[in-house]
Amino acid sequence: MIWQQLQSIAGSYPLALRGLGMTVMLSLISLVLGTLIGFGLGILRTGGNRLISSVIGAWVDLIRGTPFLVQIFLIFFILPELGIELDAFTAGIIALTNLAACFICEIVVAGIRSVPTGQVEAALASGLSRWHRMRQVVLPQAMRIVLPPLVGQYVLLIKDSSVVSAIGLTDLTRVGWLVVQRVPNGLLVFFLVGLGYFIVCYPLILLARRLEQRMGAAHGEVQL
Amino acid sequence: MLENFSFRTIVEYLPLFGQGLVTTVWLSVLSFAGALAVGIVLAAMNLQRGWLFRVPAKAYIDAVRATPLLAQLYFLYFGLPRLGIVLPELVVGILALSLNSGAYVAEIIRAGILSIPRGQVEAGVASGMTYIQRMRLVILPQAFKVTIPPLLGQAIVLVKDSALLSLIAVAELTRAGQLLASDRFMPAEGFITIAAFYLLLYYGLKGLAALSGRWLGLAGART
Repeated sequence: MIWQQLQSIAGSYPLALRGLGMTVMLSLISLVLGTLIGFGLGILRTGGNRLISSVIGAWVDLIRGTPFLVQIFLIFFILPELGIELDAFTAGIIALTNLAACFICEIVVAGIRSVPTGQVEAALASGLSRWHRMRQVVLPQAMRIVLPPLVGQYVLLIKDSSVVSAIGLTDLTRVGWLVVQRVPNGLLVFFLVGLGYFIVCYPLILLARRLEQRMGAAHGEVQL
Repeated sequence: MLENFSFRTIVEYLPLFGQGLVTTVWLSVLSFAGALAVGIVLAAMNLQRGWLFRVPAKAYIDAVRATPLLAQLYFLYFGLPRLGIVLPELVVGILALSLNSGAYVAEIIRAGILSIPRGQVEAGVASGMTYIQRMRLVILPQAFKVTIPPLLGQAIVLVKDSALLSLIAVAELTRAGQLLASDRFMPAEGFITIAAFYLLLYYGLKGLAALSGRWLGLAGART
């Protein structure tokens, strides 16, 4: 019985590979884009312009306050009504990138604010331009605070990418859903799906934990 | 285009949204209670010195944290009937949310207990307190204080996560939006309305977290 099911599941490995590929691709593209945009937003938000920072703050709050599933539905079903045609893959990328950018923005803001003002003042006194102050003085020090939660955020992003299966993208979770219609053993099928995510996410979780310990030790802080 | 945005339809569907909101709230409350129960047990197991309880608790917490909630939900939804356990979708959903959030709650509680300085425990020992007395009178009251804000943060996550239950046809808030979207072909009206309702819950809980931080005298409490 279980052998037949295993064989049947093994028979659908091309589908499973496609699903895994889709999950990895979605996560990777939105991870890169989200990091870039998130850093940009975080730097803009701490830049001193009150209007810009409150607009970004309001947007981040909107995104943090609504379920990701609702955000995907909004993007996938409403952008076409505004005349922007897009397929499920693009909608998924937009939704995930936006989500990642908002959370990373918060992380970057916390990191930048943790840098003592004396550092910025010293850079100012040394005649560094705004760009150089950010790039050579503030960001390198902020990275200690930013790095551990950033890696944690990547784990969340990979897990959240499973939600795009709701608009019909064939990612790993969707493959599980398709296979379970043929092989009626939900425990086995979704154990394997979970294993797929675990293999990708667990090393990242360990990395985040190690970074946290290292950065904490380097800072002489007591970690909660 | 959105110029035909129909407030009238939203008003017409308001009872449905209201029911969905109420369902989302009470299923979140039940799930959070379940998550607290699971979290307390896991945290207690995880703080033991012996490996017999600690290793399974750690493995469970890692497994939950490294896999998506949706996969866990489907695992239970498609898997439980396989074991001869047939439950209504709503119960499966509450179970999945409790088991998932419980792992995160366990970490919050553990961090709270570990945040109590060693000196406090030693002072308890020096005063001749038993283990139970130390826990009950010294450690837990202080740990309780620091765990409240992050627990409310986890409650926010849980409310948002409960939207996934719409995918196994639980009639909660997101499902109400989907119904309006599919019955009347009005996705904008449906999804913008439920987004507004979720924001209401979000700001409510966030305000509560800020207030609790102030009541408990935690300066700059993070959620």
